[in-house]
Amino acid sequence: MKTYLKTTINGEDKELLCEPRQSLLDVLRDELELTGTKEGCNNGNCGACNIMLDGRLVNSCMVLALEAQGKQVETIEGVADTEGLHPLQEVFLEEAALQCGICTPGFILSAKSLLEKNPNPTEDDVRLWLAGNLCRCTGYDKIVRAVLESAKRLSESPQSEVAS
Amino acid sequence: MDAFDYFAPDNLSEALTLLATPNKTSRPLAGGTDLIVQLRETGLKCDQVIDLKNLAELTQFQSEGGKGWTIGAAVPCSEIYENAEFASQYPGIIDAASLIGGIQIQNRASFGGNLCNASPAADAIPALIAHSVTCQVASKSGTREVNVEDFCQSPGKTVLSEGEILVSLKLPATPKRFGAAYQRFIPRNEMDIAVAGAGSSVVLSEDGKTIESLRVGLGAVAPTPLLVQEISDKLKGKEVDSATFEQAAEIARSYANPISDTRGEDWQRVHLAGVLTQRTLQIACERAQAAL
Ligand SMILES: Cc1cc2nc3c(=O)[nH]c(=O)nc-3n(C[C@H](O)[C@H](O)[C@H](O)COP(=O)(O)OP(=O)(O)OC[C@H]3O[C@@H](n4cnc5c(N)ncnc54)[C@H](O)[C@@H]3O)c2cc1C
Ligand code: FES
Ligand code: FES
Repeated sequence: MKTYLKTTINGEDKELLCEPRQSLLDVLRDELELTGTKEGCNNGNCGACNIMLDGRLVNSCMVLALEAQGKQVETIEGVADTEGLHPLQEVFLEEAALQCGICTPGFILSAKSLLEKNPNPTEDDVRLWLAGNLCRCTGYDKIVRAVLESAKRLSESPQSEVAS
Repeated sequence: MDAFDYFAPDNLSEALTLLATPNKTSRPLAGGTDLIVQLRETGLKCDQVIDLKNLAELTQFQSEGGKGWTIGAAVPCSEIYENAEFASQYPGIIDAASLIGGIQIQNRASFGGNLCNASPAADAIPALIAHSVTCQVASKSGTREVNVEDFCQSPGKTVLSEGEILVSLKLPATPKRFGAAYQRFIPRNEMDIAVAGAGSSVVLSEDGKTIESLRVGLGAVAPTPLLVQEISDKLKGKEVDSATFEQAAEIARSYANPISDTRGEDWQRVHLAGVLTQRTLQIACERAQAAL
């Protein structure tokens, strides 16, 4: 039976009907056409489907869409703003921290949540935090370096000085 | 996934009534990190999924004054290890909460779900055993308490009967000179299922040289996680030294009765039960001594 769902996605209120068995990933991609969030394993292991749910990083394949009732969802589509790309996105491009790109939205969301918690992570911190994100192409090294470089840029940017 | 109905009640008695709906199979949902995989991949069927995360009793996480702490069954691992006051008192629980899955799983996976899923390799359970936790269970007809070491009955099966849910975990206050630790063995650094696991806790004498009491829980070496009562009985009063840790390891090995599977051979698991018992007891003692 289709059920009414009201949720906020990237700051925008959305109302739709969905089936209880649909995952949040299914609804984002198939109903709302927000296809930036990717499906890799569909069982919680790869992180390609990472989104933020009420400020916490989760695998959207492992969340029923109806669990997002009344909650705040942030997807890769909400990471860049009108000013331009997020520093993580810029550095991923500059440093070629991607090849096929399927894993990239998940890595960006995951890395962003790390930098929000820990603005100056060590390489070990980054590797541990990203353990739930798999990449079949890059061998991870460029991704880890890109996250460390983004952390550096973010902590040097005047905006974060104001925030701190 | 087959179709089901979804409910997210906001009071416990409504949830218990829904769970007891006649002629319908119901499944409680906490973080869904086991349940959603089972519904999708193993053909598990149910008529209704009852989300427990809007229930105050299941999401509570608080100190009970001097009487320990209560953790609601649906509280996710990350909320547990982010609480600094709790973390300083329950180190074995923190070890386990920090190594289940990756960050994305820790933000959803609950200790209640870990227990109710009743995997022999569940990481939270040996740590809960070491910390002497009791499980608060409720159904429409009342409530009861179960010691955590008695909660799992066989792989995938718990003491819960139809219509019952696990509401919360009661953690007794940790005495002075207390220490605990949980470790598992996996072939990778993270994101894997335990080949074997052990959780230990100790209370030391005032000078920190003698073990006044101790508890060891083992995982993945038997159909359910085990409390090794013989270690508590035989080794209390012994000195904090490698001979005592080796004796504990020997007893642990004698209780390990594992299977061989793709993750490890039975003999390897028996060996690991000893190694991990030794290591976690040693860390538990070091942690207790550090607080002297
Ligand atoms: C990628 C990945 C990595 C993982 N890594 C680990 C790991 O390292 N270590 C580990 O131990 N586990 C691991 N798991 C398994 C799982 O995350 C844990 O068992 C977790 O603790 C389950 O909690 P949950 O809240 O998600 O449970 P759910 O999936 O919501 O529930 C699990 C089961 O318990 C029932 N249930 C839930 N709550 C209650 C309740 N209060 N009363 C009665 N029944 C209830 C459900 O109906 C279901 O049958 C992993 C899973 C994935 C997908
Ligand atoms: S698609 Fe969700 S974790 Fe892989
Ligand atoms: S770039 Fe292809 S999977 Fe990571």
